[in-house]
Amino acid sequence: MQKITTPTTPKIYTSVGAQHAVPLPTQTVYPRLGVRRLALLALLAGLVAAFLLSLAVGSVNIPLREVVTILTGGEASRASWETIVLNFRLPKAITAVLAGAALAVSGLQMQTLFRNPLADPYVLGISSGASLGAALVVLAAGTTGSLLLAGIGLPGDFGLAAASSLGAALVLVLVMLVARRVQSVVTLLILGLMFGYVTSAIVSLLIYFSIANRVQIYLSWTFGSFGGVTWGQMQVFAPVIVIGLAAALLLVKPLNALLLGETYARSLGLNVRRARVFIIASTALLAGAVTAFCGPVGFLGIAVPHVCRAIFGTSDHRALVPASILMGGMVALLTDWVAQVPGSQVTLPLNAVTALLGAPVVIWVILRRRALRSAVGA
Amino acid sequence: MSYQSSVFSLQSSELSTQYSVLSTFNSELGTQYSVLSTQYLTIGYRHPRRPPRVVVENINVSLKPGELVCLIGPNGAGKSTLMRTLAGMQPPLSGSISIMGDDLAVLTPRDLAQRLSIVLTERVDVGILPAYALVALGRYPYTDWTGALTSDDEAIVQWAIEAVGASDLAARSVDELSDGERQKILIARALAQQPDVVLLDEPTAFLDLPRRAEMMQLLRRLARDTYRAILLSTHDLDLALRSADQIWLLPKGGPLQAGAPEDLVLSGAFEAAFRSEGVTFDAFTGAFRVAAQPAGVVDVVGEGIPALWTVRALEREGFCPIRNGADAPIRITVVDNHRWLVTNNGKTREYTSLYEVAAFLRSHLP
Repeated sequence: MQKITTPTTPKIYTSVGAQHAVPLPTQTVYPRLGVRRLALLALLAGLVAAFLLSLAVGSVNIPLREVVTILTGGEASRASWETIVLNFRLPKAITAVLAGAALAVSGLQMQTLFRNPLADPYVLGISSGASLGAALVVLAAGTTGSLLLAGIGLPGDFGLAAASSLGAALVLVLVMLVARRVQSVVTLLILGLMFGYVTSAIVSLLIYFSIANRVQIYLSWTFGSFGGVTWGQMQVFAPVIVIGLAAALLLVKPLNALLLGETYARSLGLNVRRARVFIIASTALLAGAVTAFCGPVGFLGIAVPHVCRAIFGTSDHRALVPASILMGGMVALLTDWVAQVPGSQVTLPLNAVTALLGAPVVIWVILRRRALRSAVGA
Repeated sequence: MSYQSSVFSLQSSELSTQYSVLSTFNSELGTQYSVLSTQYLTIGYRHPRRPPRVVVENINVSLKPGELVCLIGPNGAGKSTLMRTLAGMQPPLSGSISIMGDDLAVLTPRDLAQRLSIVLTERVDVGILPAYALVALGRYPYTDWTGALTSDDEAIVQWAIEAVGASDLAARSVDELSDGERQKILIARALAQQPDVVLLDEPTAFLDLPRRAEMMQLLRRLARDTYRAILLSTHDLDLALRSADQIWLLPKGGPLQAGAPEDLVLSGAFEAAFRSEGVTFDAFTGAFRVAAQPAGVVDVVGEGIPALWTVRALEREGFCPIRNGADAPIRITVVDNHRWLVTNNGKTREYTSLYEVAAFLRSHLP
């Protein structure tokens, strides 16, 4: 039997909590906690590089110096370059960064909340609500829905965004109402799943009774795109995403406590139910806004958090949330850039590219590091 | 069971010498205030439409600082319900719980977390996190919104890790630790919370025998050294009897009886609580055994440890061993630890192991 060494602790019986008053001999080197700032800076540099790349290189190549001139308000050598950068590439790049960050962070939050490595931003059924909204507008066009939207001054693409926002918001309210009541998060998971089934059933009915070119429009919405957000829409999209990301940054401490499971988290003084509501609200805002404005962009939300865990070698959310924001933005920019097929006029479906490029990367990263299971602590 | 108890009988002398100094010190201190106490506490479950289901009524107990208290009782008696209620995870049906003089019901979650911490049976999977970071989560009720540790916090975390003797585990990832190592880290985490009372739900459940004894010894030492109250539920009756300052004995249907282990043995409460389980408590040996008719009386002649273990072997075989009872049909003379003389019907056989002795007796069972 192993003999237990005598405690090195001074025995103070006056008050609880005073036992660290006398410094201990430090024979052990303890690991340093906290965020690896250098790694985050490297990620930030990568994000900026990807941002400039996506502004400079595309169907038309614009010299980097000219891009910087345009961005800083200067005059470019060709007027067309200004139009391309300011009206097309810049809003698209900003959308990609925001959407990528949003999906990665909301995926991370869901993986921690549900203690499930396979959770993604859409587990709550937010995107199902959004796609139902989109389907109603596109497929049942000419009926009351789109007339209503047109009537309140939301024609065209904005109508689509508005309808899917509305769908996402409805599910959000529903989920929040349930989240405040239920004991177990698993109930939420099942609810999200069931809602997904119901919506896809309604959508397939709509598709069945719809005409071909409307189905085509709906399908292209489901492919996902960062290119549809105009400067006008950006005034809604950007603030919503920023609020959602800020909320996630404020939630790092509760998220870390939840790594231990809900019972331990509660014993640490966390109001689990309230934390859950905030986490879900943040996720719903982020995932809902992205789906509404960019379509159901898949894969990034589930993959980026895993890549961040592998790179940073920790489950600590103080590192993972900022890392996911930067990594998510960077990956979204790069996949979108590839989807444009630089130097050509072709544009590939975004969702196809994210999965085709992303899956092998994720498999490689995860196989090199640890098992998927240990990555999230499920 | 019998093996278990004997291991601890060898140990207990060591334990008592180690702590005699401390106990004297504590009693001189004299301030025997309660860290946690219950007043007419009734625990159970509320149902929205049916009357509440009462598990145990009228619990009046208290925990003193520096005490190790074991909650024992048969399965289904309500140990977990009591632990959950004391931890504030479940509201009592009536009565109250006070921690350091304040009613549990009015404490904020953060206040409560600074006074009480828990260690659960459930396996903790935190993903990729060094053990150190897991312990550091114990500082949760004290840190700011980012959860960043101050140098004071770090010192407390390191103290907690050293207190459980886990400095060598600090840098390792939690998912690589064995059950025993993980348990230690979780206890360190509970200590890092700097509570007045630590509740542990079956801390020895997944540990092998030496690790259980070690865990109990560790908890006892922590209670003494940190002057905190430690309450644990356990199924390890032997271990609880030998280590606890106080036993909370919870028979099915109550009432909860509290007292020094020996007091409960002497009052017969121990035997009564487990009698229905088909287990009898032997007040002579302090061990539980499965109720059975003795297979016969055997006289054991000999001294020292070999004789002690010979008695054990006989008990295991269902015999009733007596010392120097000349009229027993079978006599066993213990020569030393590898020689036994068995006399039966005037014939004496020699054996070199207790295994052989037991085999012989088995073949001569009436």
